[in-house]
Amino acid sequence: MEKRDVIVIGGGPAGLTAAVELYKKGVRDILILEREKHLGGILRQCIHDGFGLTRFHAALTGPEYAERFISQAEELGIPCETGTTVLDISPEKVVTAVSRRGLVQYRAGAVVLAMGCRERTRGALAIPGERPAGVFTAGVAQAYINLYNRMPARDAVILGSGDIGMIMARRLTLEGVRVQAVFEIQPYASGLPRNVEQCLNDYGIPLYLSHTVTEIHGDGRLTGVTVSQVDGQMRPVPGTEKYYACDTLILSVGLLPENELSMDAGVTLDGRTRGPVVDEYFQTDRKGIFAAGNVLHVHDLVDFVSLEAEKLADGAAGYVKEGSLPECPVEVREGAGISYTVPQRISGTRDVTLSMRVKKPFRSCRIVVRQDGREIASGKLARAIPAEMIHIPVRASEIAGTKPLSVSVEEPA
Amino acid sequence: MKDLYDVLIVGGGVVGSAVARELSRYQLKIGVLEKNLDVCYETSGRNSAVVHGGFAYDTGSLKARLCVEGNRMMGDLAEELDFPFLRCGKVLVGNTPEDMETLKRTISQGEANGASGLRLIGKEELHRLVPAVVGEFAMLSEKSGILDPFQYTIALAENARANGVDYYFDHEVTAIRRLKNGGYCLSTPHGEYESRWVVNAAGLGCKTISDMLGITGYRVIGSKGDYIILDKRVGHLLPMPVYPVPSNTYMGIHVTNTIDGNVIVGPNAEEVSDFRYYGVPQKNIDYLRNSASALWPHIERGNYIRNYSGILPKWVDENGVIQDFKIEIQDDIAPHAVNLVGIESPGLTAAVPIARYAIGLMKEREELKENPDFNPRRKGIVRFAGLSREEQERLIRENPDYGEIVCRCEKVTRAEILQAIHNPLGVDTMAGIKYRTRAMMGRCQGGYCQMRVEQMLEEELGRRPEEVLYARKGSNLLMGTAR
Repeated sequence: MEKRDVIVIGGGPAGLTAAVELYKKGVRDILILEREKHLGGILRQCIHDGFGLTRFHAALTGPEYAERFISQAEELGIPCETGTTVLDISPEKVVTAVSRRGLVQYRAGAVVLAMGCRERTRGALAIPGERPAGVFTAGVAQAYINLYNRMPARDAVILGSGDIGMIMARRLTLEGVRVQAVFEIQPYASGLPRNVEQCLNDYGIPLYLSHTVTEIHGDGRLTGVTVSQVDGQMRPVPGTEKYYACDTLILSVGLLPENELSMDAGVTLDGRTRGPVVDEYFQTDRKGIFAAGNVLHVHDLVDFVSLEAEKLADGAAGYVKEGSLPECPVEVREGAGISYTVPQRISGTRDVTLSMRVKKPFRSCRIVVRQDGREIASGKLARAIPAEMIHIPVRASEIAGTKPLSVSVEEPA
Repeated sequence: MKDLYDVLIVGGGVVGSAVARELSRYQLKIGVLEKNLDVCYETSGRNSAVVHGGFAYDTGSLKARLCVEGNRMMGDLAEELDFPFLRCGKVLVGNTPEDMETLKRTISQGEANGASGLRLIGKEELHRLVPAVVGEFAMLSEKSGILDPFQYTIALAENARANGVDYYFDHEVTAIRRLKNGGYCLSTPHGEYESRWVVNAAGLGCKTISDMLGITGYRVIGSKGDYIILDKRVGHLLPMPVYPVPSNTYMGIHVTNTIDGNVIVGPNAEEVSDFRYYGVPQKNIDYLRNSASALWPHIERGNYIRNYSGILPKWVDENGVIQDFKIEIQDDIAPHAVNLVGIESPGLTAAVPIARYAIGLMKEREELKENPDFNPRRKGIVRFAGLSREEQERLIRENPDYGEIVCRCEKVTRAEILQAIHNPLGVDTMAGIKYRTRAMMGRCQGGYCQMRVEQMLEEELGRRPEEVLYARKGSNLLMGTAR
């Protein structure tokens, strides 16, 4: 069995950043395992721009953003096996991987989980109706057009206002597809406001909030969908059904961190993020197994994936050098209005930044971190929406003892 | 010149393919006319995939007799034809004194039918066998099992094909005409086919074909059942199918483990007359979940990966009472035509005995000569996922395509997909690859592999993108190239 100080699973933005940063911090025995033939992960198919505004202060396309890290990894000579799928990670950090060259097992000092996320499917939503061809998740449609030069649609309806869905509304329009509308079951857009503006409004594509597809029609190719309004509980309102003839339904209805391998490794997942529970070093509850990026929680911007993976590299490098990391006994809990926070546990002895999302949109509010009822950090926001991650720094000097922190949204009375 | 067959079988489902395979033991020129583009697009592929014990049917019925026979031979058949089958047992779970009486009657009926391995078990044993179930007691049927209905049907068809049977897809029979020589001429959109014998194994189309043969008067209703498929994550909570105590005609909504480790929930039973509509309505999805949760409370929306439905063709009398299988030759109306009507559940379990029974009727009327070249064995695609690490290594050494995972959820390799694309039946749809390999059947539903599979299909078969079909005629997956 081969040994490696660090095995990085996934050569997308999180894995690449983590590997590069680990190398810079003196960890040299690294191996990146990537199932695709090329590095870059999902960025490869994101040929639109807008990546890197925070991290590089430049508007890059997905492949350009990825290239910045790929070329660094290459310059540093970080080993990487592409076309290699990890089959299993054991709790003892034995990584089993397969490629055309055969089956290999590695004993890893530390493992970085950077597998990203996948799209929620029609089946997971249990959208009623028939099962014709022509129902694609936005990412599949994007891959067909941008990576395979294949046209999946002529006349499309989009369900879900996730970012990829809106980006595909624009992309399909530019390729001559008629995009009739985007329907969103929530009373607000689930993607970023800039995408509503640049991908829908600029192209005159209507966004219908509080609407969902209630039936799919067609036994060969899709022939149409029935769309209904939904009530406050997101239940379809009888009598509001409207039929849209179309040949394609694009789904942009959520992303799920891909943690099957994490579960094999015995890592505990958070029911809210669906990613591992981690401490401020981005270490899971399995010592020496770390996670960052979309496998940990779905991010709004790749820039924050990179920033998170850099922090992970700090922790993982410490673990490789010291053999362990300080305890993180302080729990971080979500209070009113907050859907999740990451990390879920902190040391209380270092300054940290908590990442979080709100459950629903708020106007002018404060995000308040309290310990034992005492306010220890806060951020004031003119607007807080579920589509945007929020980052609140917490100073170690404010934390007393190991009682849990609670993060909540506080609105002016 | 028209093709002249000894036997033409209408319908390439599990029964038609079993008839084809069993008939290929004899020196006959055999063809199968299938209206769909593969062998298990309808009832054969849309069911609970349970190998039944044979206790649920009236003693003396063909359903009882052929089901018990089918159950008994399934192990050998699975070995011979290389399809996944597991004799995992099944439980019928009860709570009330009435349930207990029904289960006792079911055991007596089962024993009278020749089924073995039936017994009542108490709460403790029930929970030892299926820890996650809710119920006071149960009937255990040790001989019940599960199989892969796609692989099973494909295996029968491929073995028939290897033994010389011709398969014609997209060949819906639109008319049947008696010829002066006593044979039949069958019209299809792709021409006419002549045969001395006709076998009606048309499943949902059994009445239509029966009518074409002149055997009129059958009343066949569709019983549509919807299902939810759950993630493999919960598979370990269900080591065998769990059924409620049945009413006399309906098995009830059950939860079934699949041979691949998923769980399926269903079916409801709705009488339908449209045999092409497979849509699943929201209310049924909710109803399935609510009903089955009483038996097995682990049905979470977060674990849904797909839903599907199937339709059983049920022969009913004028009062709507469901009848037995009908397997007949009406010499005065349609000589040399074997008519199979109302082949519903347990048709999957009983397919080969049904075929042998049908062939028995032919043999009463014509001597069939053994085919000395008949080979009963068929080898399926070797699957990477189920093998030991050593076997996986050996496979990759022999064929590096086995080292390239294309479908990440089900761990299907390039080697398997290539074999499926070049399958012996010449099926060329995306669903055909799916049924043969499980690629696109996992939790991401093709999110990762669909494009790769499509690309391979184009390359291997020299197709243009707009020609690639998902499953049925008209189900074109793509519009063409983007640029």
